[in-house]
Amino acid sequence: MTHTAYIYDAIRTPRGKGKKDGSLHEVKPVALGAGLLRELQGRFDLDTSRVDDVVMGCVSPVGEQGGDIAKTIVQFADWDESVAGVQLDRFCASGLEAVNIAAMKIASGWEDLVVAGGVESMSRVPMGVAGGAWLNDPEVNVHDGSVPQGIGADTIATIEGWDREAVDSYALASQQRAAKAQSEGYFDRSVVPVKDLNGMTILARDEFIKPNTTLDILGQLKPSFAGMGGIGFDDLMLRKYPRLPAINHVHTPGNSSGIVDGASAVLIGNEKVGKDLGLTPRGRIVATAVLATDPTIMLIGPGPAAKKALAKAGMTTSDIDLFEINEAFAAVALRFMKDLDISHEITNVNGGAIAMGHPLGATGAMLIGTMLDELERRNLKRGLVALCVGGGQGIATIIERV
Amino acid sequence: MADKYNGFIYDKDSNGIVTVTMDMDGPVNAMNEQYRAGMAETLNRLEKEDGLTGVVLASAKSTFFAGGDLKALSSVAPGGEPEQFEMIESGVKAPLRRLEKLPVPVVAAINGAALGGGLEICLACNHRIAWKSPKVSIGLPEVTLGLLPGGGGVVRSIHMLGLEKALPILLEGKHMKAREALEAGLVDQLIEVTEDLVSAAKKWIAENPQAAVQPWDQKGHRVPGGDIWSPKTSAILSSAPAMLFKKTRGLLPAPEKILDVAAQAVTVDIDTALRYESRALAYLITTPQAVNLITTGFFQMNSVKSGASRPKGIEKTSVKKVGILGAGMMGQGIAYASARSGIEVVLKDISVEAAEKGKAYSAKLLDKQIERGRATEEEKQQLLNLIKATDKYEDLQGCDLIVEAVFENIELKAKVTQEAEPFLAEGGVFGSNTSTLPISQLAEVSKKPESFIGIHFFSPVDKMPLIEIICGNQTSDETLAKAFDYAQQIRKTPIVVNDSLGFFTSRVFSTFLDEGARLLVEGVDPVLIDAMGKQVGMPVGPLTIQDEVSQELTRKAAETHRAMGVLGSKGDNSCNIEVCERLISEFGRGGRYHGGGYYEYAADGSKQVWPKLYELYFNADVDMSADDIKDRLLFRQVIESLKCLQEGVLRSVADGNVGSLLGIGAPMWTGGFIQFVNTYGLQKFIDRANALAAQYGDRFLPPAIVADTQAKGQTFR
Repeated sequence: MTHTAYIYDAIRTPRGKGKKDGSLHEVKPVALGAGLLRELQGRFDLDTSRVDDVVMGCVSPVGEQGGDIAKTIVQFADWDESVAGVQLDRFCASGLEAVNIAAMKIASGWEDLVVAGGVESMSRVPMGVAGGAWLNDPEVNVHDGSVPQGIGADTIATIEGWDREAVDSYALASQQRAAKAQSEGYFDRSVVPVKDLNGMTILARDEFIKPNTTLDILGQLKPSFAGMGGIGFDDLMLRKYPRLPAINHVHTPGNSSGIVDGASAVLIGNEKVGKDLGLTPRGRIVATAVLATDPTIMLIGPGPAAKKALAKAGMTTSDIDLFEINEAFAAVALRFMKDLDISHEITNVNGGAIAMGHPLGATGAMLIGTMLDELERRNLKRGLVALCVGGGQGIATIIERV
Repeated sequence: MADKYNGFIYDKDSNGIVTVTMDMDGPVNAMNEQYRAGMAETLNRLEKEDGLTGVVLASAKSTFFAGGDLKALSSVAPGGEPEQFEMIESGVKAPLRRLEKLPVPVVAAINGAALGGGLEICLACNHRIAWKSPKVSIGLPEVTLGLLPGGGGVVRSIHMLGLEKALPILLEGKHMKAREALEAGLVDQLIEVTEDLVSAAKKWIAENPQAAVQPWDQKGHRVPGGDIWSPKTSAILSSAPAMLFKKTRGLLPAPEKILDVAAQAVTVDIDTALRYESRALAYLITTPQAVNLITTGFFQMNSVKSGASRPKGIEKTSVKKVGILGAGMMGQGIAYASARSGIEVVLKDISVEAAEKGKAYSAKLLDKQIERGRATEEEKQQLLNLIKATDKYEDLQGCDLIVEAVFENIELKAKVTQEAEPFLAEGGVFGSNTSTLPISQLAEVSKKPESFIGIHFFSPVDKMPLIEIICGNQTSDETLAKAFDYAQQIRKTPIVVNDSLGFFTSRVFSTFLDEGARLLVEGVDPVLIDAMGKQVGMPVGPLTIQDEVSQELTRKAAETHRAMGVLGSKGDNSCNIEVCERLISEFGRGGRYHGGGYYEYAADGSKQVWPKLYELYFNADVDMSADDIKDRLLFRQVIESLKCLQEGVLRSVADGNVGSLLGIGAPMWTGGFIQFVNTYGLQKFIDRANALAAQYGDRFLPPAIVADTQAKGQTFR
């Protein structure tokens, strides 16, 4: 590679409950994104004219998230008018895809400084409003046999024999770890409070975490996908997995990722621009990978993606100190650990999306910040971030402190 | 049993309907501390009231509710926004939300003006009944004060009426009569007799016991006309900012914030939108624009209109017959304005023909109004019957006011004064509509200089709301009072100034023209000069307005002042005079109505810069910043206004501010040329003026009055 893609900083908004009573419901997605760009500018007294591009993931790019929201955010943040912006959509991986593309832009030598991140206000632009042929076009749907992701998660659990207690136990750990990390201030470096036009704080920290939850409470929640399974989606799934007698619907709101609002931004650039601007690199991007697996079960891509990235980097799992897997569903994280044969002790050490929520387009880049903060706190070297992605895709990124 | 807490009378009848009658301390019900306490207490009782079947909200005053406490609002310093936000949220909004969530119907009985906060209270009721009377005035005028309706007015009006109908109400801030408000959908029912209001409200409650839930709190509620996802709403929102900019040029934040809140109202749930609205109001309260609009546009305007500049202790007078000398553009306008107010007019010129031509102007204006349905043929005849066109001085016999509006020539004015004065009624006033000649000097030929006064109208008289009254050395208080009363009689706003070259308005206005000419001579692109004039908020740029005024008029005034030996005694406008004289003498360009000036005018009304102007002055190497050009155009006028205050030409700050807004076209956002300094900051103004002076000349040196006022820890009040 021509250039090293350095991570100069990684920040995010707190995650607000993605409902109308969530704190960030009153905040427009452009404002979430622009707040982060202004923070980056302020933190480093950044000459924004040096930024080539702003790449932002967004999974429902319609309405106020439509029309290339990345460029809109650049303008709304009053960044130099030479800065370009592009919105991309790789479903739940959009935020990490933005990071990976930014890394490629830098590594290729074709750009010098890029902001990568994502934005998603799920309370204002609800999941699914962007439609898509895979869901709404019966011809395509019949052809692909698309099944809601939750049923895919339930199928993974069924195949692996993880019962309700197993997935709930994982969820409980996520809540407890996130609560501890928040109260110990592990997220403070990355989380930028969201403020109103008067400078009043609207939300300063993640508000979705439920520190007091118990296995008992989690056990009382009703399965989310049994109903949908019953109308025919289970049958579609079983066509592909005929050895299963039935699908055990174990996923509930308590062990699936939460619906939240939020945004993220990672400043990535080459060595020269960092020197020019007086920036100190916090880490570098070692390798990235993306691939696709069975689109019906949909959620088993992260393990293979991680292996692909490791192979590209010439590493094995033992070279990695910490792992972050997006907790779309508990079974996804469990499957990832099984696929890589890694321990929960080094995976999602500060909890994940089950506790804190998954603002679709923003999450991937948020995980880069969480990983970097934790590597620094523990004085470790290397981390791997992965997410499951719609259509059976998987994505992974390896980063390393410098 | 009725009882009263904090100005709220609470009276429950045998049918379980509680009538809450607001009767607060002071002349009106207003959204102040007492209201917040009274309303909260009332709600505490209503929520616990056994057997409650309905609530009627009424007023014991002649107005329903007067709105916010502007004195308190306009004194909030920047940094006070969080406190304001809390006050709006918990003191104003939460109680109204509780009111509309009562399990019984709540009806507003509107017996008088319900403006701003007053209407917002009504919007939180389930039904609104108003008295059909001219005394009832309804609207959300906050935007005119640089604010927005933050008591739920933006959000509720949109949820009630839809974006398309609500936006004009919110963005124009118009006061509506009861019938208009009914048509607009702001009230639901009118009654003929005010005494029937409460019984009509109770009748409605009895007939609609279920009507306790607001539309926006009902399941499945949709904003009329569609929410953010509807193509129609999207079309409205995407063009509204441009339409607004065309009116405000981005200089007024309040209507912009109204649009922003409006978009939120159709995007998020009602409680979130209401909170967003509170944030926006809290923000606006401390903006200089709001402070300026409230200070000048409300308080000073009211004080000027209510006669603060009129001498005290003199009985109010009215003019029955006015004589006007000269039936030119000004004379005919004054004749129209006087006759429109029912005053008998004698319009005298040197020939009957010329006088009749002046009278025909009134006929023309009335014809236009008839065409638009604003007047009738009968009204036109009545008005024309009041105007006598004549060439005889004798017809002026018995006039209690004579206004001369002849050419700006001191000998001519002396002649008509002497010839007309004998016909003035006992105690009558002689007024001169001069804009450039000293009143005291004109008064020298008068037999009764104490009855001689300047009454400076603005063109076109039928549209311009200002009259500048100028007191000469010997003008008596009685004469001033009579001129003042006449101005009010013809529904103009009078300011009063002392005699000095150019008085106030012309003197300040000349500096705008002069600075435009200086920029031109320094080589700035003429198109840019005019564009910057508009960007700073003047109605048009200095070169455009010079063409309208005409270079010819500027030249003549200079010639007169030169002959009188007073040219340049009040400020140096020599650059503009030289440019005007040169354009006329070398190129015959005397102004728009003399065949063109700085611009060439096509028959279709379009214009382009006279190409030769570029050859004469333009210098492509000049690279002056937009801020400098704008500040030069603004500061010249502000500094001249301050000098007028310092020299005593202006008798009050209010007269200066109101006069500059209504007579010179000072940008609304400034609150007038003196108020501008208050919110710009006195020290900052001194610094900026000194910087401009260092770079562009001593005319920008800040007058001592600024430092003096600053030293006293005061602002211009």
